[in-house]
Amino acid sequence: MWDWNYVWDILPQLLSALKMTVWVTICAFAVALIIGLLLAFAARSRFKVLSLITKGMIEFIRNTPLLVQVFFLYYSLPLLTGISIPAFYAGVIGLGLHYSTYLSEVYRSGIEGVPKGQWEAATALNYTKAQTWRSIILPQAVPPIIPVLGNYLIVMFKETPILCAITLVEMMLTAKNIVSQSFRAFEPYTMVGILFLIISYIASLLVQRLEKRMNLQRGK
Amino acid sequence: MPNSWIDFLPTLLKGAEITIVVAFFSAILAVVMSFAAGLCRLSKLWIIRTLTAVYVEVFRGTSLLVQLFWLYFALPFIGVELPKMLAAILAIGLNFGAYGSEIVRSAVLAVPKGQWEAAVALNLRPWQRLWNVILPQASLRMLPPFGNQLVELIKSTSLVYFITMADLTYQAMVLRNNYISWTTEILVLLLLMYFVIATLVSLAVRLLERKWTAGRL
Repeated sequence: MWDWNYVWDILPQLLSALKMTVWVTICAFAVALIIGLLLAFAARSRFKVLSLITKGMIEFIRNTPLLVQVFFLYYSLPLLTGISIPAFYAGVIGLGLHYSTYLSEVYRSGIEGVPKGQWEAATALNYTKAQTWRSIILPQAVPPIIPVLGNYLIVMFKETPILCAITLVEMMLTAKNIVSQSFRAFEPYTMVGILFLIISYIASLLVQRLEKRMNLQRGK
Repeated sequence: MPNSWIDFLPTLLKGAEITIVVAFFSAILAVVMSFAAGLCRLSKLWIIRTLTAVYVEVFRGTSLLVQLFWLYFALPFIGVELPKMLAAILAIGLNFGAYGSEIVRSAVLAVPKGQWEAAVALNLRPWQRLWNVILPQASLRMLPPFGNQLVELIKSTSLVYFITMADLTYQAMVLRNNYISWTTEILVLLLLMYFVIATLVSLAVRLLERKWTAGRL
């Protein structure tokens, strides 16, 4: 039933695809971190129109499937703009943009956690807005949310198999290709599952340790 | 050739029906698994706790798409062939059940200890304690996170497209293959339909939440 020789044969292919999977995750996470922060700023903006549009956009992206969004980026944008996007970038932008809406909520909770007196103090010290954000608010808002951000990194890692739909050669598509050559599906798909399990389990242990350390630092 | 985007609606609505059926049954399975696993994790017997922890970690640690592929494409090699619909419902239901079990567990733990003690003092049997005292209070806390999970679940039904089930996404991609020049209209329509379904569901959950809270206060 379970053929170890076959597993050893396909393992190198799966491991090199794992590298791609991790790389896509990291790039998409970077996109999500940056756009998420921008969305959090825009949603707080005093310009009613900007904050309403941002909130509407967040709501729309969060309530539609990542798969369809990726299809849109990969198939529709080239028709609309005339620029075709390689699968890798469509995947990174799609995954990153989707999770930026989740991260913007995380940032929001971090920003709201900064005591009001800090804002007042910044005003009293005559800080400019940029200075206030850079040297007072963000340094206090971001550290407490780092474990939550870590959890989203793991969530995004587990969403990458969806990108096989636009021919991004990550683990899932590699396994699919192996199956279409050898007609044996049991080992490849089980191995993909095990690889995901190992990485996300280790990552979640790391996040837990980080969480404990942060709590200690804040004297909880 | 279609004249306008309206011509796509009948096909897409047929797909929406499948999407809703899959979402409905997998949501039921997810809720059942959430309660079963969430309560089992609080069991006094270590063997039950360990088995449940394994279930939760395996389904949370691997991807939903991998689980779907495993159930539908890998299992036949050890002699288990599942129909598409069953594979879809099992994958989504078990996956979201694993996440939901954490919601149930933390909500039950959040009920003040005095409530347990009071139930013991009143001489209620273990099941009565849980059913009459703890769960009514805990379920109020569970409602908002379960509502969020339900929206996530609806979105995740789009993955059944991969096992060629004729859901909303699948129908749209078939339409797209036939009318490539209409790709943008079809995909925008598809996004809008998911948005409408998800928004209606989250509104319904919010309404339920308000009614529920009102009844309690």
